[in-house]
Amino acid sequence: MVPLKDISHLLRMAAVFLVGLILFVVLRGAFLPKSFGKYGHYRGDALAEITARPIAYAGHQTCESCHPDVADSKAHGAHVQVNCESCHGPLAKHADDPTNLRPEKPDITHLCVRCHSENIAKPQGFPQVDAKEHSGGQLCDTCHHPHSPHFSEGAKK
Amino acid sequence: MNLSRRQLLYLLPAAAAAWEFVLAGTPEAAPTYHSAEHWWGMLLDVTKCIGCGGCVRACALENDVPDGYFRTWVERYHVDDFHIESPVVDSPGGAKEGFPQSTLTGGKNFFVPKFCNHCVDSPCTQVCPVGATFHTADGVVLVDQNYCVGCRYCIQACPYGCRYFHPTKNVADKCTLCYHRIVKGLTTACCESCPTGARQLADLKDPKDPIHTFLKTHSVQVLKPHLATGAKNFYNGLDGSVR
Repeated sequence: MVPLKDISHLLRMAAVFLVGLILFVVLRGAFLPKSFGKYGHYRGDALAEITARPIAYAGHQTCESCHPDVADSKAHGAHVQVNCESCHGPLAKHADDPTNLRPEKPDITHLCVRCHSENIAKPQGFPQVDAKEHSGGQLCDTCHHPHSPHFSEGAKK
Repeated sequence: MNLSRRQLLYLLPAAAAAWEFVLAGTPEAAPTYHSAEHWWGMLLDVTKCIGCGGCVRACALENDVPDGYFRTWVERYHVDDFHIESPVVDSPGGAKEGFPQSTLTGGKNFFVPKFCNHCVDSPCTQVCPVGATFHTADGVVLVDQNYCVGCRYCIQACPYGCRYFHPTKNVADKCTLCYHRIVKGLTTACCESCPTGARQLADLKDPKDPIHTFLKTHSVQVLKPHLATGAKNFYNGLDGSVR
């Protein structure tokens, strides 16, 4: 067996690599968040932080648990698939504290036309009107009940 | 430990196979919500969208999206018979206040709601240098805003333009598919507020979800399928001119 000669330069290089490796492992341990890699290549605690966010929209199931009368009046009208907070806005805070936090009534002058003003790109058959021409300046809820709007003959759903 | 060469050769492929599972991680232990039991996507019915912008407003209110930035927005397309490859597209203010009547007449006109496609092979996740954007076990792409360094690489990488740089937090921000809502069994804010049902959250791992029947009976597309991002926003009635 040939004895190893002149290997001191190799040993020095190996020492440098070893120091580098130890430094890398130590720094990685110091800087990498503890939960990193718990579920995948990311900080596991981030999931809990993201899901901890409070909700703003309570969801129509929550609304209907206290307001079944409104759900009933909606049930057979053309607005059956329009969820409560679609018009009334986010009301999770009201659902948490129903007596103290009363929601404001939506502003009819702006609310209805958001969906029902005429637009060339709207699907054919969706009820749309030129509000001024249609009502002559009267508010929509003079003739239509928002929870169950009536339709004149010939109008499509 | 003494390993023979033969034993090592047996071990190496096994270790390589196991490494896949190490990288994939294990789903989190939550008491009621088990992420491995869900696979979220969304159904967007272009034939039902009326461009009211309800989704844009709801998203901003639910998620504190700063003014002038959008996690979701609605585009209006005008496709001329002679230029079907070059549609005229507008989205005034992201359609947060809906659309004024179009100045263009004739042609084909329709609305297309857009937001993060929560791609299975998302380019944004692939380019993140620090692992601040990631896939959850239930198919949602999220940003860890406490870990993001704000390099903006992901914003450039998203072929759908669904990410933006948050002006005050100075990190990348995007649609979370209302992750804080869906783990509680609620639908997203945009779906909750959509008056026509043009947007419907879908759980592809739930055999009772109506998405399965819908996908079997309709011609459904995803955006930019040639990019093979594995987009999970399924569009019904999507015109070929939509990019």
